[in-house]
Amino acid sequence: MEAAVSPSPAGPAIACRGLVKRFGDVTAVDGLDLTVAPGECFGLLGPNGAGKTTTIEILEGLTKPDGGDVQILGRRWGTHEWELREKLGISLQETKFSEKLTVLETLRLFRSFYRTGRKPEEALADLALEEKKNSRVGKLSGGQRQRLAVACALVGKPDILFLDEPTTGLDPQSRRELWGHIEGFRASGRTVMLTTHYMEEAERLCDRVAIIDHGKIIAEGTPAELIKGLHAPHIVEFGSEPAMTEVALRALPGVADCRARGGNWFVSVASLVDAVPALLGVLDRTGAKLVSLSTHRATLEDVFIALTGRELRDE
Amino acid sequence: MSRGSHPLAALTKARLLEFVREPEALFWVFVFPMVMALVLGFAFRDKGPEPIPVGIGGESRPGGVGEALSRSAALKTLRFASMEAGRAALRTGKIALLVEDRSPVVYEYDPTRPDSRLARLEVDAAVQRGGGRVDPVPVRDEPIHEKGARYIDFLVPGLLGLNLLSTSVWGIGFGIVNARMKKTLKLMTATPMRRSDYLLSHMFSRFVFLAIESTAIVVFGVLVFGVPVRCDPATLVFLCVFAGLSFTGLGLLCGSRVQTFEGVNGLINAILVPMWLLSGVFFSSERFPKAFQPLIRALPLTAANDALRAAMLEGRGLPVLLAPLAILLAWAVASYAIALKIFRWQ
Repeated sequence: MEAAVSPSPAGPAIACRGLVKRFGDVTAVDGLDLTVAPGECFGLLGPNGAGKTTTIEILEGLTKPDGGDVQILGRRWGTHEWELREKLGISLQETKFSEKLTVLETLRLFRSFYRTGRKPEEALADLALEEKKNSRVGKLSGGQRQRLAVACALVGKPDILFLDEPTTGLDPQSRRELWGHIEGFRASGRTVMLTTHYMEEAERLCDRVAIIDHGKIIAEGTPAELIKGLHAPHIVEFGSEPAMTEVALRALPGVADCRARGGNWFVSVASLVDAVPALLGVLDRTGAKLVSLSTHRATLEDVFIALTGRELRDE
Repeated sequence: MSRGSHPLAALTKARLLEFVREPEALFWVFVFPMVMALVLGFAFRDKGPEPIPVGIGGESRPGGVGEALSRSAALKTLRFASMEAGRAALRTGKIALLVEDRSPVVYEYDPTRPDSRLARLEVDAAVQRGGGRVDPVPVRDEPIHEKGARYIDFLVPGLLGLNLLSTSVWGIGFGIVNARMKKTLKLMTATPMRRSDYLLSHMFSRFVFLAIESTAIVVFGVLVFGVPVRCDPATLVFLCVFAGLSFTGLGLLCGSRVQTFEGVNGLINAILVPMWLLSGVFFSSERFPKAFQPLIRALPLTAANDALRAAMLEGRGLPVLLAPLAILLAWAVASYAIALKIFRWQ
């Protein structure tokens, strides 16, 4: 039976076509197509309410779509639910485990649900939770709880790992630690699907991302492709005394967009070698003083802004 | 790599650990019913008849009524300086009868007060015997204090039934709603866990505690108050398990859809409080008007209490307890069927 569920080399790990899900008047997922190859780490990227969680829960077989077709490892939820459950590891958004159980007891409980899998102690070691194995879940930090959630998802030795916003609410240190653990799983050649609204997370972990807004995919590709696809893949950030007007900025060569934030201008430009000397020239001619100047390569965040005109997170 | 233990065993163990690590829950399940039995048992213990207070007003002659009354164990004699002071005490109910010690002896009392009429009989008997009367017919009193007829004997089976019900409903109802709110229920349904294993684990862990709770209450009643267990112990065990089966079904039903603590709290209270009152825990349900009796008889706690009392106090066996057992069975079947039908996993 196990051989039957294993992905054939040619078949995708995850495939869905025309996915639709409505909640009352709201269409949370609006005709979504995705294909994820075995061994790939795929990210669903988008702001809160974009439909990421609904999409991943449909793929996980927890939510029934109103329309469309889902195939996981070549199987459908309606006919092969229990075979599939043995093959997937799932971490939901904001799950709280029983606070009275210890870390090891929680893992042993989840291990008992799977016919085959890893030793709970091994899963603990993978997620650097050995020291905490006899601690009650109620005493863990946010980062440790999230690592436990991932350990529970991995204890059945899944072919596909689903993570819904795995690092939301964690401090940068815990976030980077968890990324290391997810990369470790990926390195074993298995498939990962995650949702996030952190650009840095998607850029670091994902082979490919789909940017979702209002239940639709508005862009899909590798992070590098998406950034390269921008007309203006460089960002110039500067501040001046007095500040420059938007009209003057837009007149510079290769300027695609500009935003004011925190007293500075963020200018998206096609080419640094054209834009920066021109900018300095204008400042010089008008007698304005340059207070700060830095440049960086565009990120997925900039891709999202370029596509929607909105920022990914309202912070 | 083997899975370690069967999922049902692992789930049941997890439920048991969660429970014993919750000191408050342990208190309510184990300590509270015993404290209640102690308090109520002592408050309503059989103290023997109270002496009736009577008064003597004004002067009392030496060797007269006063001495005769003080020899009677059924009477408590109070002396008043004047008849006026005695009448004031009579009016306010402090004494049941006022005696004026002269010839003839005068009894002042209100014949519509039952305790006053009783006092008249006791006082007159004491006075006449003091005056030298000899009863023509010899008699002997035989006081009866039979175990099984006291209030505590009535109370302990009721507390047992009540405890089985409330721990089952609270334990399961709250446990499930808690897991649903924390989304652990949803996370478990994302694994290959069988849903029936999850529900059965609630029932099994409940039965482990049910055995401990029931034993604790019965042993406590027997050792501290000498409450009789006249039936076969196996009958008592069977009744507790049967009632538990019915009550865990109610717990499952309470937890099957509710999504908040406030919701489950209200629902459980709405189910338990009427049964606390109506189902004959603290006083007999026969005291309610006849029109309510069919409804009261149909409640699962009434059925459990009736069966437990009949078995423990009267030594009845299962064949004569078919009616309450049928009611419990009906509740069990109905609540499990509905709960499984409407259960919300997410």
